[in-house]
Amino acid sequence: MSSDTRPATPMSRQIAEHRSLLDRALGLPKLVLVALSVALIGFVISQILIGYMVVSGQLDGKWYDIRDFGNAMVSLSDAINSSGMDSRIASTLTYLIPTLLGATGIVSVVGGWLLIGPWAERRLLAKFQIRQGPNRTGPFGLLQSLADALKLMQKEIIIPRGADRFLYFAPPIAVFIPAILGWAPIPWSPKMSYADLDVGVLFVIAISSLGVLAVFMAGWASNNHYSLLGAMRTIAMMISYEIPISVSLLAVVLLTGSTKLSEIVMWQSEQGVWLIMLIPFAALAFLFASTAEINRTPNDIGEAESEIVAGFYTEYSGMKAGLFMAVELGNAILVGALMSTFFLGGYTFFGLETWIPGYLILATKIGLVYFLFVWIRATLPRFRLDQLMGFAWKFLIPVSIALMFLTAIESSILVRWDAPSFLSLGLIALVNVAAAVGLTFVWMRVLFRDTDLSAPPAPILTRKMGGLQAAKVLRG
Amino acid sequence: MTTSTEPYVLNIGPQHPSTHGVFRLRVVMDGEKIKDLDMIVGYLHRSMEKLAEERTFTQNIPFTDRADYLAAMTGNLGLAIAVERLAGVEVPERAEYLRVIFSELQRIASHAMANGTLISDAGAWQTPLLYMFREREKILDLFEMTCGARLTTNYMRIGGVAFDPPVEFWPALQELVDELPDRIDEYHELLVSNEVFLARTRGVGVISPEDAVNASLTGPVLRGSGIPWDLRKADPYSVYDRMDFDVVVGKSGDVYDRFMVRMSELYQSVKIIKQAISQIPSGAHKTDIPLALRPDEGEIYSRIESPRGEIGFFLVSDGGPFPYRFHLRAPSLINLSLLNELGRDAALSDAIVTLGSLDIVVGEIDR
Repeated sequence: MSSDTRPATPMSRQIAEHRSLLDRALGLPKLVLVALSVALIGFVISQILIGYMVVSGQLDGKWYDIRDFGNAMVSLSDAINSSGMDSRIASTLTYLIPTLLGATGIVSVVGGWLLIGPWAERRLLAKFQIRQGPNRTGPFGLLQSLADALKLMQKEIIIPRGADRFLYFAPPIAVFIPAILGWAPIPWSPKMSYADLDVGVLFVIAISSLGVLAVFMAGWASNNHYSLLGAMRTIAMMISYEIPISVSLLAVVLLTGSTKLSEIVMWQSEQGVWLIMLIPFAALAFLFASTAEINRTPNDIGEAESEIVAGFYTEYSGMKAGLFMAVELGNAILVGALMSTFFLGGYTFFGLETWIPGYLILATKIGLVYFLFVWIRATLPRFRLDQLMGFAWKFLIPVSIALMFLTAIESSILVRWDAPSFLSLGLIALVNVAAAVGLTFVWMRVLFRDTDLSAPPAPILTRKMGGLQAAKVLRG
Repeated sequence: MTTSTEPYVLNIGPQHPSTHGVFRLRVVMDGEKIKDLDMIVGYLHRSMEKLAEERTFTQNIPFTDRADYLAAMTGNLGLAIAVERLAGVEVPERAEYLRVIFSELQRIASHAMANGTLISDAGAWQTPLLYMFREREKILDLFEMTCGARLTTNYMRIGGVAFDPPVEFWPALQELVDELPDRIDEYHELLVSNEVFLARTRGVGVISPEDAVNASLTGPVLRGSGIPWDLRKADPYSVYDRMDFDVVVGKSGDVYDRFMVRMSELYQSVKIIKQAISQIPSGAHKTDIPLALRPDEGEIYSRIESPRGEIGFFLVSDGGPFPYRFHLRAPSLINLSLLNELGRDAALSDAIVTLGSLDIVVGEIDR
């Protein structure tokens, strides 16, 4: 290599010599490539066979129908009931086994996410920020979260002087309760939901406000002003943004006529429309308010690292701080799941759920919402506390409520009017979009009429130097 | 019903993510509002000015690297020019152009860092900072090619520069200069019309022109307040009088204006570098001076425009090889002096953003 084509520094040399995954795969030995292609062909053939079984309806309701793990549970309960056991034992077992299995499932979904979630977030952020991200621990750096967790566990747990010991130790555990409980009513497939509550929406709202308690405890017990400030900010924000969340979920309930999450999904699937198309403002309000609820940018003022270090968990060290960070990630996908269930059609995708397991569709949707969160985090600065509260109380809440009333009227018309659904729903969507845009515009004009909304002035270019006099001349 | 809250003290720093070094703010807060604010400096004091009295003029150049460590080139240049004026040393033409090229590259790197950290203070999770690091990295690569160091360059010498850049420097510089305007446009798109950023910076930390002059602010902070004052034009040194460039002046003196002044100065610096590349003559890069330069008895105050403002060197010579007195006028320290007024009655978040927009380097404040 001649000296002028060679990159100058070690880092740029490393980047220049980096090969893509495809390049490296094609460089494998011939035998491996042949084996890989045979495996691929075998996979495709097996998929076609499965497709045949699905079409002919041989799978429906069988215990080995993995499109819906609910089937296996039903078969299991039937087997226990028909085995001739004492009826009390049988009913206890039919209650206990699905409960424990389901709880294990939820905990492993959340736990599994906590294993790859930090890695995924950091890799994504790194891609947004033109750097590599964690890529040293294990293949593609996948074991990074494990390594981090091990490191955090070894760290000393520091208890600040003057801290209230019980209140100080409880929050890292307490904060997990809503993060796990929130998963209960979410339907993953038609029969696959842990507790398909009739009051699912109310349950979700109730659970989401539990998180404030742990934050309050952590901030108060730490005996630190940063923690106190962070807790004050977080509590103020969470309580304010609960209202837009509730109001937008009310709009969902009004349209679908049910507070049961599985019926909300079924309604969307039957009408062949996602609620985000019908009530876009409610969906966006829900998304924005949830970023405030789970402390993510642009609303992460509760732990604004440039202002109050780590907010309410500044004083926590080791795995205790790790638990707070983990629960944030867990909450992010919980919000993704709620967003998908309420507004993005849940586990359905216009009939595709017959072919692909519904839980995979839901997981994809959760992933997309999560990607949106990471994207926002990588792009936007954060608001100031007063701006954020002002946005909630002055704009989001009044406009949401007004649009909720509109939705109420529409839904009562929808029930009485016997028009084809594409006409009635299309009309609703149009009216709602127009109302949201119009109302936002008018409200902004009323509320912010004194605020300068014009583009900022460009800086002046000059060649004449001077002091105050020159400055006056320059500004004219 | 009124509720009364008790003011409480918050110590921001010496270790804190947004104090940009070991620097401490003692803040008395009432809820989210700042009632009183004390700046406590001195954690990075290394007694530079006293140590300088026991070293020759050339040996003092590395100290200027470590004063303003984000703009080592301009620090070096300030001292070199001061000693040259004191001792009457001639500088070859080529060296003057190299000095201009390197100090403008340093300005770009430093402004990129300043604006990037300002946005990080406003809460963007490091993306703009790392975007700006991409250019800074290339500039530091150029420094490394030329003088072996990236941060503490120690490149300027009394009577010229230490080394002539290697052959591969020039194509790399040309490539960088060609792509820089596009890159800066990218930041404009990402930031200048970003509503959250505008909401956080416009009308925040406003310094009136009168206050700016009275507090003897310099650099982008002064220009952001609307005063057209840039030593490259007002008191030209090196070959800046042969360059064709504009001075950027803000209108309202808020954080956003200081940000925009730095942003637009990037374009001007690129313009200057382009002209310097086309005009640079061949020849020597350094005049030979005695190892222990002994200027005549006398004193001098010499100033140049560093990325942070007027960096001035006051040197007193008693005719010996060491300076009798060595004083550094640190722009960061003087620009910081207004933070007390700006922070009072502001929200904590605003004070942090204002501090970020003043672009301090603690190495220079404490020396």
